[in-house]
Amino acid sequence: MQRDKFLFRLLKDRLFKTAVSIFSFCSILPLVFILFYITKNGIAVINWQFLTQLPKPVGESGGGISNAIVGTLMLLVVACTLAVPLGISAGIYLAEHKTGKLSYLVRLCVEILHGIPSIVIGIIAYVWIVKPLRTFSAFSGGIALAIMMLPVIVRTAEETLKLIPETLKEASLALGVPYYKTILKVVVPAGLSGLVTGIILSIARVAGETAPLLFTAFGNPFMNLNLFKPVNSLPLLVFNYAASPYPEWHGLAWGASLVLVVFVLLLNFFAKFMTKKWKVRF
Amino acid sequence: MESPVLKTENFCAFFGANQILKNISLEVTRNKLTAMMGPSGCGKTTLVRCINRMHELIPNATVSGRMLLQGEDIYAMNPILARRKIGMVFQRPNPFPTMNIYDNVIAGYKLNGIRIDKAGLDGIVEESLRKAALWNEVKDNLYKKGTFLSGGQQQRLCIARALAMKPEIMLLDEPTSALDPKSTAHIEELMIELKQTVTIILVTHNIAQAARTSDFTAFIYLGELVEFGPTKKLFTVPQDKRTEEYLTGKFG
Amino acid sequence: METEINTGATGVIDFLESANLKTKRETFDPFTTPESIFRAILYGSALCMVVLLFSVFLTLLIWSLPSIKEFGLRFLVSKTWDPVAGEFGALPFLIGTLITSFLALVISIPFSLSLSIYLGEYAAEGVVPSFLRSAVELLAGVPSVIYGFWGLFILVPVVRAVEVKLGVTPYGVGIATSSLILAVMIIPYSASLGREVLQLVPAELKEAAYSLGATRFEVIRRVILPYVVSGVTAGNILALGRAVGETMAVTMVIGNSNVIPQSIFAPANTMASVIANEFTEATSTLYVSSLVEIGLLLFMVTMIINILGKQIIKKMSVQV
Repeated sequence: MQRDKFLFRLLKDRLFKTAVSIFSFCSILPLVFILFYITKNGIAVINWQFLTQLPKPVGESGGGISNAIVGTLMLLVVACTLAVPLGISAGIYLAEHKTGKLSYLVRLCVEILHGIPSIVIGIIAYVWIVKPLRTFSAFSGGIALAIMMLPVIVRTAEETLKLIPETLKEASLALGVPYYKTILKVVVPAGLSGLVTGIILSIARVAGETAPLLFTAFGNPFMNLNLFKPVNSLPLLVFNYAASPYPEWHGLAWGASLVLVVFVLLLNFFAKFMTKKWKVRF
Repeated sequence: MESPVLKTENFCAFFGANQILKNISLEVTRNKLTAMMGPSGCGKTTLVRCINRMHELIPNATVSGRMLLQGEDIYAMNPILARRKIGMVFQRPNPFPTMNIYDNVIAGYKLNGIRIDKAGLDGIVEESLRKAALWNEVKDNLYKKGTFLSGGQQQRLCIARALAMKPEIMLLDEPTSALDPKSTAHIEELMIELKQTVTIILVTHNIAQAARTSDFTAFIYLGELVEFGPTKKLFTVPQDKRTEEYLTGKFG
Repeated sequence: METEINTGATGVIDFLESANLKTKRETFDPFTTPESIFRAILYGSALCMVVLLFSVFLTLLIWSLPSIKEFGLRFLVSKTWDPVAGEFGALPFLIGTLITSFLALVISIPFSLSLSIYLGEYAAEGVVPSFLRSAVELLAGVPSVIYGFWGLFILVPVVRAVEVKLGVTPYGVGIATSSLILAVMIIPYSASLGREVLQLVPAELKEAAYSLGATRFEVIRRVILPYVVSGVTAGNILALGRAVGETMAVTMVIGNSNVIPQSIFAPANTMASVIANEFTEATSTLYVSSLVEIGLLLFMVTMIINILGKQIIKKMSVQV
């Protein structure tokens, strides 16, 4: 009787483990499907022309996504220029002032900013930049993406710098190095790998964003290098072409999806493994 | 008697309303090693951090009284200039991890933007590393980062870094408490050698270390300077009962 | 020998010191001006975060005012969304968001919980678990528009076929498809939160249970899970917040219909998708204002959800 009960318990244990394993591995099935389809349909389309030409009008075959690639890069450059210095400075402040009313408030605000839906940020950038300038622009898109990058950069900067031992700062201060030089020349370099990781991860986050660009960067069938005119981007292209009724455009969308996914995955990979090499140990 | 390198007059230190140091008055003699000893929390580290004005970096930290370095009031000068005249070595070795050994030694010059030509820098690096008894061990690896060095070697690198600034006085805050006995012995030998050319203040909770290395000893207890005098005298015929109790291990 | 990594710090320092030279001071102090500027920059950057958040909120509020003035609380319960007649009610979208998010959450829970438990208790080390962990992280990194694209071309036909079998109108797009994709998207998020929370369980507690002869299942069920209930709930609340704000994938497969959906196979719209679909077409001030008001609602809902979830997790980690 005792033995049966024990065997029953073992059975339940086994069943549970099996169920949990099955559910776990099933969770990644969608990933497998997505990567499979994107690769299968995307590879067929990608060639040198694809990457360097502009989209052709409907009905003509061929064409490429060069304007979207350039546009994505433009948006990322604008976003980084704004978000990186601001985010790192705020991160330094938070790491240097662990307690205090302002620090508490700033941390709360950063958390809330992180959770704002990207479409709402698109509305904000529209109101702040598109409306006054009376035009859609790469600049407004960059601002929207910068707002999305900021919380990630601030948070990782703070986490990284908090890990740096206080004694390093003291060694520098004891040599008569002023506070600002101590931070810029001793503390920040010591935390460089973590800071770079944060920046790369924030880029990966916004590279694939579409919603904030819908009414800021807006999209552009042509190549545009002017910051103050609308610009295309990879996610926008995928969105517009996927929803269109033209099969050639669907093909472009698969190719663009593959390029985008590869780009984002490479960024994530780089953030993880490359910066481990640079990590400073104490 | 020649003028003391460091002189404190009724010096007090506070954390907010909490008084840590009570009317410390002492004189530190040139080219001698003065030990500050006392049980944990007695204020010896705070005193030493007041000398190079690191104490005031903590919010709500205040001081009163006078502290004179070579006759100049330390608290009247710019704290950054004060710190450049005073060298400090900390409990845990803290070489700068992003710099190689060469740059670590001259970090004080580099970080402060003080320009010296390469030949001059080479000279300072060699001289400081020799004084710190580290030159022979690292002279072929000057451009490698210091992470391969042992704890004791890293601490000697920190000593070299402080010496490179040619300070008027060196503050060593329990420099061997994080090291193994062999490295501790090396550093003690180094201090005995160094003190002939550099004025040293050594903070230690190790009575034997104070006895071995110092010429003068200050016994600090609960923020007060209980007794101060030549080491031999203080250890053999202590004047204050508390000193005697501390030396015989009754507390601390 | 320059072995320091050039961080551009030299440039900043040169700027700070040149700024110092420009200010004429009575007593030339070569140290405090660059120092004060630096501290001011740090302080200002931190303050910017606060100012930014408040500006976002104020902007949304101000631009919603025309709509708030016109409709008041009616906005939340009216189901008429008629741009031509100038009559705007957000109920269809509130319902759309509610149903898709909760459905997505419910679908995702068994999977994310299994992942947390599997990676936390059964397979912490090894090649297969780290492969699984990387796969889940990859899942989290895939952009939303790609989920939408894949959903539109691969999932929708499947759902359409199912609908045909079931005898309902075979839209293919709709609430069901959106919920499915949302579920897939939030699994990595709640799984990683679940893992963090599981790690908080003290080892001594588990060891005590094992030493009493309990099976793994029993330890998980009776010791670990009760301990982390609040944390896992918080994780799911945060995942819900993610689902509520999700735009692109949903926009592409929800069918863009502005009426209250009658079944889970019907097309609909969520708060996020209606903004995405209609913002650029909004002509009148009232139209734009109504859409911005929906944005304001989204902002507040996600803010409350996030604060709530994070508070619960904070309380849990403090307890430990």
